Amino acid sequence: MRFIFKTDYQQDIRLAKHGGHWFWYGLLLALLVAAPWLIPEYWLAQLTFVLIYSIVGLGLMLLAGFTGLFSLGHAAFMGVGAYTQAALTQAGVPFPLALLAAGLLSAAAGMVVGLPALRVKGIYLGIATLAFGFIVEEVFARWESVTGGNAGTHLKAPDLLGWKLDTGESFYGLCLVIAVLATLAILNLLRSPTGRAFVAIRDSEISAQSMGIHLARYKTMSFALSAALAGVGGALYAHKLAFISPDQFNIVQSIDLLLMVVIGGLGSVHGAFLGAIFLITMPQFIALGKDYLPAVIGQAPGLQGVVYGVVLIAFVLFEPMGLYGRWLKVRTYLQVFPFYRKGMFKRQKSFQKSERLR
Amino acid sequence: MGGFELQVLQIIISGMAQGCIYGLIALGFVLIYKATETVSFAQGELMMLGAFAGLAGMTLLGFPFWLGVLSSVAAMALFGVALERAVIRPILGQPAFSIVMLTIGIGYVARGLITMIPNIGTETHTFPVPYKDQIWKVGGLVLNVEQMVVIAATAVLSALLYVMFKYSKLGVAMQASSQNQLAAYYMGIPVKRLNGLVWGLAAAVAAVAGLLLAPITFVHANMGFIGLKAFPAAVVGGFGSLPGAIVGGLIIGVVEALSGFFLPEGFKDIAAYVVVLVMLMVKPNGLFGEKLRKKV
Repeated sequence: MRFIFKTDYQQDIRLAKHGGHWFWYGLLLALLVAAPWLIPEYWLAQLTFVLIYSIVGLGLMLLAGFTGLFSLGHAAFMGVGAYTQAALTQAGVPFPLALLAAGLLSAAAGMVVGLPALRVKGIYLGIATLAFGFIVEEVFARWESVTGGNAGTHLKAPDLLGWKLDTGESFYGLCLVIAVLATLAILNLLRSPTGRAFVAIRDSEISAQSMGIHLARYKTMSFALSAALAGVGGALYAHKLAFISPDQFNIVQSIDLLLMVVIGGLGSVHGAFLGAIFLITMPQFIALGKDYLPAVIGQAPGLQGVVYGVVLIAFVLFEPMGLYGRWLKVRTYLQVFPFYRKGMFKRQKSFQKSERLR
Repeated sequence: MGGFELQVLQIIISGMAQGCIYGLIALGFVLIYKATETVSFAQGELMMLGAFAGLAGMTLLGFPFWLGVLSSVAAMALFGVALERAVIRPILGQPAFSIVMLTIGIGYVARGLITMIPNIGTETHTFPVPYKDQIWKVGGLVLNVEQMVVIAATAVLSALLYVMFKYSKLGVAMQASSQNQLAAYYMGIPVKRLNGLVWGLAAAVAAVAGLLLAPITFVHANMGFIGLKAFPAAVVGGFGSLPGAIVGGLIIGVVEALSGFFLPEGFKDIAAYVVVLVMLMVKPNGLFGEKLRKKV
């Protein structure tokens, strides 16, 4: 049993709450750093994708999980980042500058999309972002001089100040560094007044406003930060694939990103990572399991969609906190070992409230 | 009339036919939104299922056309009721976004299951209707009978729904429960059962839309993606308004058809989304939307 006596506010907002955090997260980081020597090439590439999707997922988590604004067009921000990166590196701009520009341009796009968010809420915002996503995808397909149109465009390996990152291992290292930085940035943001303001807006706009939070400013800021992370993730995604085309950033990708944060667990930083792991490893597991199923089911082309859909429905119905919520329950069970009671995580009974009056 | 005006008129009519389809799908969104304050992203997939049900009835079971249509609409209505009972009702009252994700999940499952049917799911099918490829000539206008049927059927369905909501006990009860569920419940209206019926009704309307669209575009597993264009229709009309859904659909359909004719290639696909973004900036409540304010 561990008892934490808080005697100081600094202690309350410390990132690592106790020695256990230091130990386990240190171990995780050590394993991730050592991964290129531990796991085969193929799985290292998958791990790179997990890191890239986690960066995008952190952005979406900030927006959807912590500010309560839902975006159905997040793939568009990824696309803006990816195409900015492609265009700039082709023009000879150094990699770090191009990455910065990709993030900034996505943030600018996020601010533009954030503007309707100040007037519309709930489902209307979802539709506004959906519409934005479709328009951006069409722009990628039609603006052929920059994006290469539907034929797509190729990217060179990133060149980090003369150091060519053309192997899987070195690019993995880059993604790891950026993912760790992004995570630390989000964690720091969430314990700052800005992050608290985001959470306050999520929980109740009216009370947030009466506490003196400038709704317009914080909502736009949340959109911009979220889009910037998506843009950086998109830029890395483009480099990893070395080839991008508009249909990689369509509505299906946007919905996959949402699926990722919902299954990972809305409102938790862990959720972004758990969701990314789910999104990347699920197709692999389906491919592995295919051979054990009868051919009619196993070889059918729609299997993946069915599995995704069933998992999504099951999570919404039975585990609204996602994978992270499940982990919390397991951890609590172990921590309080013989004293776990059935009702500890019971869903609060809630009644339907009208959104029209909000 | 000169040739140019005729051509434009022709385009407007075919845009209206397309708009009716959007309107019918949007009608499903609005029905569900009004009654349960939830947004169903599975409406396009329900439409796809309706079209496949009709196809199965007519080709596999060998039903005549009218029986195939009736049976598929009835089957979809039952399916809608069952869906509401099985997965929607348990999470009613949870944040609206959970239900959005849930319906996205339902859409995934429906599309995947249809694709998994061997030899049928991955193909595109023509839909056998008695009025296939027929043409009426009215004073220089060449009217496609398939499109005329869409417009006529939408008009009839809208009139039926209007009468139902205005005069039948069930319709009035649905209106009451959509305005204030708690008050409706106190008045003795079984709100939960009504929600189930609303889902059934929405699924039936989606099935009609699917059956009307099927002769024009073919039946295939991904036809449900057209549902994403019905969102703009619902928003333009005002999300809570039934006539608004049809009008919004018509506006989106006509704008789309005209921009395909007058503007460069590519604008046709995004016209609906540009319209909805402009609408959200100018008049977020839509053309017929009710404006409600919270009074403290």
